[in-house]
Amino acid sequence: MSDIDLTSRPQALPRLSLERRPFELRALTSGLLTGLTWGIAILGSIPLFSVIIMLVTEGGARLDIEALTALPPAGFEMGGGFANAIVGTLVMVAIATVISVPIGLLAAIYLAILDPYSPLAGTARFVAKTLTGFPSILAGVFTYAVLVINFGYSAVAGGVALAVLMLPTVVLAAEESMKQVPQKMTDAAYGMGCTRAQVIWKVVLPTGLPGILTGVMLAVAGAAGESAPLLFTALFSNYFMSELMEPTASLSILIYNFSSMPFDNQIELAWAASLVLVLIVLVFNILARLIGQSKV
Amino acid sequence: MSATAEAMAQAISPRAAAFSPIGDAVIDCQLQKVFYGDFLAVRNSHVPIEKGKITGFIGPSGCGKSTVLRSLNRMNDLIPSFRFEGHVKYHGQDVYGKTVDPVVVRRYIGMVFQQPNPFSMSIYDNVAFGLRLNRYKGDVEERVQKALERAALWKEVKDKLNKSGLSLSGGQQQRLCIARAIATEPDVLLMDEPCSALDPIATRQVEQLMLELKERYTVALVTHNMQQATRVADTTAFFGVDISQGGRTGYLVEMGETRQIFEDPQEELTKQYVSGEFS
Repeated sequence: MSDIDLTSRPQALPRLSLERRPFELRALTSGLLTGLTWGIAILGSIPLFSVIIMLVTEGGARLDIEALTALPPAGFEMGGGFANAIVGTLVMVAIATVISVPIGLLAAIYLAILDPYSPLAGTARFVAKTLTGFPSILAGVFTYAVLVINFGYSAVAGGVALAVLMLPTVVLAAEESMKQVPQKMTDAAYGMGCTRAQVIWKVVLPTGLPGILTGVMLAVAGAAGESAPLLFTALFSNYFMSELMEPTASLSILIYNFSSMPFDNQIELAWAASLVLVLIVLVFNILARLIGQSKV
Repeated sequence: MSATAEAMAQAISPRAAAFSPIGDAVIDCQLQKVFYGDFLAVRNSHVPIEKGKITGFIGPSGCGKSTVLRSLNRMNDLIPSFRFEGHVKYHGQDVYGKTVDPVVVRRYIGMVFQQPNPFSMSIYDNVAFGLRLNRYKGDVEERVQKALERAALWKEVKDKLNKSGLSLSGGQQQRLCIARAIATEPDVLLMDEPCSALDPIATRQVEQLMLELKERYTVALVTHNMQQATRVADTTAFFGVDISQGGRTGYLVEMGETRQIFEDPQEELTKQYVSGEFS
């Protein structure tokens, strides 16, 4: 150590220059790589933006009050809309939410707090993770076998199929956000003389709420866009729903049906319905963001 | 090993068993053995907590002072592998009795933690939390204000009671936690290194506060800071670490009036510790 001399300048460095040297090899490499990532990022967003631009131009042209309020047109009929499908999608997503959120929340409480390391919790968590990548048509087949065979096609069956799809997302998101509640906060609650139920109800749930709601909203947005699970459960209908136990229209099935028809009117309506569906999903996503940000 | 360990403890610290409080002991804590799983964390510690005084727990890291403190209000119950032999008596009642509800114990024996841990809710709701928990029938607003005043925080927060408790600075958060703990008027306040995350100014404020709190409450204070013990504690318990059995087992070396512990320690180990020979 003692042979380092700090009193005189090291000789190895020549005349000190702080100027930028843009044509040095490493500067060129750096610039090239930066340019490459820019290029790829732009390339990657081309399909995304093309879809949105197409939706807005094709769908926006036909998106008017009539499209939003009228019933679907028959074969050669002009005009018409898809109001019943909007109602159907919203109702079925609501049914799915009402089923999946309470079950999902309770399951998440068990997984995150009550007994996180039990074999049951381990199994449930593993199954939930597997089911997030579950082909959505299987949710439809499952519900068909369980409900449709006995009770026929209905909005309820559609809602159940969507709930099956939403459940793993809700469980995992809620578990994750409850686990994020710092232990020092639950300690404080126990230290105040809270029972375990009070700790969960008064501290863990309120503190984890933004995260839980974000998860729920994302699950809702995903379910709203699903068509496969509704194919064998809700079927379709050309009329407004009058009760929950009858075949019900949905936006995704309407798009599927109309886009394959040989009539320009129906194809235009399918575009407009796609735009509406994307807007609905967008609204849910924005809500999820807003709720996720709002902390006390 | 228990017989030898006990004999050793007697040999090492004759004073530990000998200390008897002058006033009333609110909590009589006699821990023969405290285990986390197979690990013997604390042994042979008789720590009476006197009414209306501040009892300081000092000692090196891993000497079990926090374990002893947390066994007083059964916070250790939250650790599944915890078990102990001995007794903790609160006003003569066995805290670990079969029919005793730990939730009720914690309402009488409040706690302030090492890290400030306000809930993610408004300042007002933080302080009112315990009152609502106990379905307090009186004027909640008045009690909240009083608690904040006693915690020397009222002046700083009175115009922003609806702001989040988490928006306060570290020292303010800790005083908020103290206000939250005293709003329900607990009998005893356990403080587990309440100043270790605070800067010197905030530390001074919290210490000042402790001195005022002992007028109304009994305080047990774990501190890593010996000067803090000399500044605020009336009685001091010094814990040591015994590594002779393989693990690190804490035990009470000496307990007595703070002045005596620091100026005239009876044990060699205490003398070495308070003179700064090890920490």
